[in-house]
Amino acid sequence: MSVYDKYQVVIGLEVHAQLSTKSKMYCADSTAFGVSPNTNVSPLTLGHPGTLPVVNEEAIVSAIKMGVAMNCSIRNENGFARKNYFYADLPKGYQITQDKTPICGEGQLKISVDGKEKNIGIERIHMEEDAGKSTHDLDPFNTLIDLNRAGVPLIEIVSKPDLRSAEEAYQYLIEVRKLVRYLDICDGNMEEGSLRCDANISVFLKEKEDKFENFGDRCEVKNMNSMRNVMKAIEFEFKRQIDVIEAGGTIDQQTRTFNAADGSTAMMRSKENANDYRYFPEPDLPIVYVSNEEIEKIKAEMPKLSSELFNEYVNDLKLSEYDAGILSEDRDFAAYFNELITFTTNYKAATNFMIGPVKSYLNEHAVEITEFPLKAKSIAEMLKMVEDNKMSFNVASSKLFDALVKQPEADVSEMAQKLNLIQDSDEGFIEGIIDEVLAKNAEKVEAYKNGNKNLLGMFMGQVMKASKGKANPKVASKLIQDKLDS
Amino acid sequence: MTTNSIAAFHKAIQANETSCTESTMSFIQKIEAKKHLNAYIEVFEKEALERASFLDNKKRNKEKLGKLFGVAIGVKDNICIKDHKLSASSNMLKGFESIYSATVIERLLAEDAIILGRLNCDEFAMGSSNETSAYGKVLNAIDENRTPGGSSGGSAVAVQAGLCHVSLGSDTGGSIRQPASYCGVVGLKPTYGSVSRYGLIAFASSFDQIGPFANNVADAALVLETIAGKDKNDATSIQNEVDSFSLKPLKKQKIAYFKQAIENDSIHKEVKASFENLKTRLEAEGNIVEAIDFPYLDYLIPTYYVLSTAEASSNLSRYDGVHYGYRSPNAKNMEEVYTKSRSEGFGKEVKNRIMLGTFVLSAGYYDAYYTKAQQVRRILKNKINDLYSNFDFILSPTAPNPAFKFGEKSEDPVAMYLEDIYTVLANLVGNPAISLPLYKTKEGLPIGMQLMANDQEEEKLLSFAQQLEM
Repeated sequence: MSVYDKYQVVIGLEVHAQLSTKSKMYCADSTAFGVSPNTNVSPLTLGHPGTLPVVNEEAIVSAIKMGVAMNCSIRNENGFARKNYFYADLPKGYQITQDKTPICGEGQLKISVDGKEKNIGIERIHMEEDAGKSTHDLDPFNTLIDLNRAGVPLIEIVSKPDLRSAEEAYQYLIEVRKLVRYLDICDGNMEEGSLRCDANISVFLKEKEDKFENFGDRCEVKNMNSMRNVMKAIEFEFKRQIDVIEAGGTIDQQTRTFNAADGSTAMMRSKENANDYRYFPEPDLPIVYVSNEEIEKIKAEMPKLSSELFNEYVNDLKLSEYDAGILSEDRDFAAYFNELITFTTNYKAATNFMIGPVKSYLNEHAVEITEFPLKAKSIAEMLKMVEDNKMSFNVASSKLFDALVKQPEADVSEMAQKLNLIQDSDEGFIEGIIDEVLAKNAEKVEAYKNGNKNLLGMFMGQVMKASKGKANPKVASKLIQDKLDS
Repeated sequence: MTTNSIAAFHKAIQANETSCTESTMSFIQKIEAKKHLNAYIEVFEKEALERASFLDNKKRNKEKLGKLFGVAIGVKDNICIKDHKLSASSNMLKGFESIYSATVIERLLAEDAIILGRLNCDEFAMGSSNETSAYGKVLNAIDENRTPGGSSGGSAVAVQAGLCHVSLGSDTGGSIRQPASYCGVVGLKPTYGSVSRYGLIAFASSFDQIGPFANNVADAALVLETIAGKDKNDATSIQNEVDSFSLKPLKKQKIAYFKQAIENDSIHKEVKASFENLKTRLEAEGNIVEAIDFPYLDYLIPTYYVLSTAEASSNLSRYDGVHYGYRSPNAKNMEEVYTKSRSEGFGKEVKNRIMLGTFVLSAGYYDAYYTKAQQVRRILKNKINDLYSNFDFILSPTAPNPAFKFGEKSEDPVAMYLEDIYTVLANLVGNPAISLPLYKTKEGLPIGMQLMANDQEEEKLLSFAQQLEM
């Protein structure tokens, strides 16, 4: 048994989600991404003397949606606070955030690891503004500051220290990203920084009870710009902290930075050097009241979430959990499926079509479902042909599908005709072919009747070949057997 | 109607006895003649005359004229005027030019006012004598050895010495009313939120209010009704629009005063005598004047200084040498850009207050100071609210002393802070308050009396103030 097996890791995550509102958190400046540096900047963003913040109501709605989705309590009286610190990309010298009165209180998020479900506690969700961006490596003599991002709304989702492995942390982030995307409040892109994560990591001896008092001092790790890196940082920290403890040292509370090059973490500042942010109520912003009626209205307008759809697929459509999981993972993918099943009740076939050819197409072309060329109705028509025995699922999902994605406007049945894919189920026609085939193969018929049942496949192949693939295989198979067994 | 009132000026304009150009020119000449008073930091000579001429044309073309048509206004140098320098009388903002105008400026201009220039004040509006200005002290025109008060000293003297029709100042703990009292002019601090703070350099956000200095109550009312009312750029502004005030006589008002405020030894003899005189007069005119036991006076100054410096320490963080304003040429690294720029750029009083405010917000001290002061503020608000259920106004002298001599209190900040004893209450609870130049000492130094009313009762306050002025 390795020394590491004696310890349990404890993780709490702080996730910052950049809200996709049109304007900034406290002013009307645009939040558009990718414009020239320092263009989305009014006197407010620049922190000029005399400017005052005004709260963006759209951001409040987004925060409430996230809170509702995580079963959090929603606060009616929302106060803002100033977090004071000096940094070049923080033009006011303070960040307007929420301190003692976060908009969302305790809640939870369900995750699933290796088929086991677990509820992760949510401590709080609060609203705040982003800082600008400092670039240190572009100009050899100066740090360059871009304030376009300064003031962009963020929500910070703080979990309780309920995560017990890197994999759980990863699944938690997957679920958070799914939620923000379902709610359409953030694009959830970690690489571009619209979703950011800090991890608070500590360890304790497994022989002790799993409770807060027994946890070691935590280290906060920052600057992980992908979910994989969050896992790597956790794994590194877990071992590092145990190594320190096993060598007789102690873990001191500190802030560490993740190095993506080698997956290590390094100290940024110790507890002694931690900033005293001198939080105090933001005097420029009065309390923002959100009534229960407004909260209910927001709830009513919320789209169905992944977990709800998953349950519907499993319970109402009787799909497997595996299928339901894939279908509900992405909001737009699920929406496409939901549209598809307005045309057909053959849910399993529809699912197979989505998970099979549609998903392969998206993967191959590296596009989102929103860019998928075929209408759901076209797929429904293909499914109908399969159902009506006009073609096999295989033919529909390969030959016809391939042709249609290239000509998405084409009529489905015309295309099937054109490609000569329509099967014949007419028993008289098929019987004629079977009779011919059997007559040509009298020896084999004899052999079959003497017990060589494997020959059925050969007869089937001959019949299909003779019909140029148009014979409905189900009908053909049945008729061949009937004839041979008679 | 006094001869130097806006109404008198408008009458003369209507009678074609004067023009905006003539009036503006005469102000500019007077400012030049009284340059040694140091009231103006900058005069917008060319721009003001161009605007005057534009306005004269407007009149010639018989266009509709705004209610402040041709009125020459000086503006305290902590209010933003687009494309003009803005310094808050601090070296920290050396060379800084505002790229937008404060809401109050937009509103004044919309009513055809003329902005004459920027007025001197204490650095970042912190001071009670105008001695902390990076541009030097402003002289009290009545006695040039004496301070005009502060922080809006330049605004008070500009009106006192006839260097504008009216001026704007800002009042965080008495910065309009105390200099108004020292200079013998009318000074009004509106209800918190009445006037948009958008474009006012923040000192203490939950206290700051812009307000007018004027020769008389009617002028102050005219300016206030122009600049007051809801502003979408200031989330703390009142929700209603303010159209116009109609001032009418008020009879049999109930007036409270705080026994402890008058019956103590630190109040100047002649100030006390003036107050007694006013009390007698008010009673003779049929009002009820009642002494109230108010045991909280000792808490006012500490509470005010804890909260206002806390807010100031944060509000002044943006002056960091990074984005605009003064940057120390001696800074060798990032940290020094902050420390040196701020150490060199800010004056002593401002640094005192930043340090005090930083301290009271620090971990371990927050609850003992900031939280406690917030609690006291809430108690005060409740007590004063209760009081208005029985009284119409609260009366006091504006300051315990008439204008003091330069240097007299500059070495003793606490003595200086105590000059705010009567004025800070209105800022702590948000009430409107006005200082009226009703008395003079034997030497001829003005003594102001302060009238305070309930929130948003400006019309009532101004009505009664106008009666007292008669």
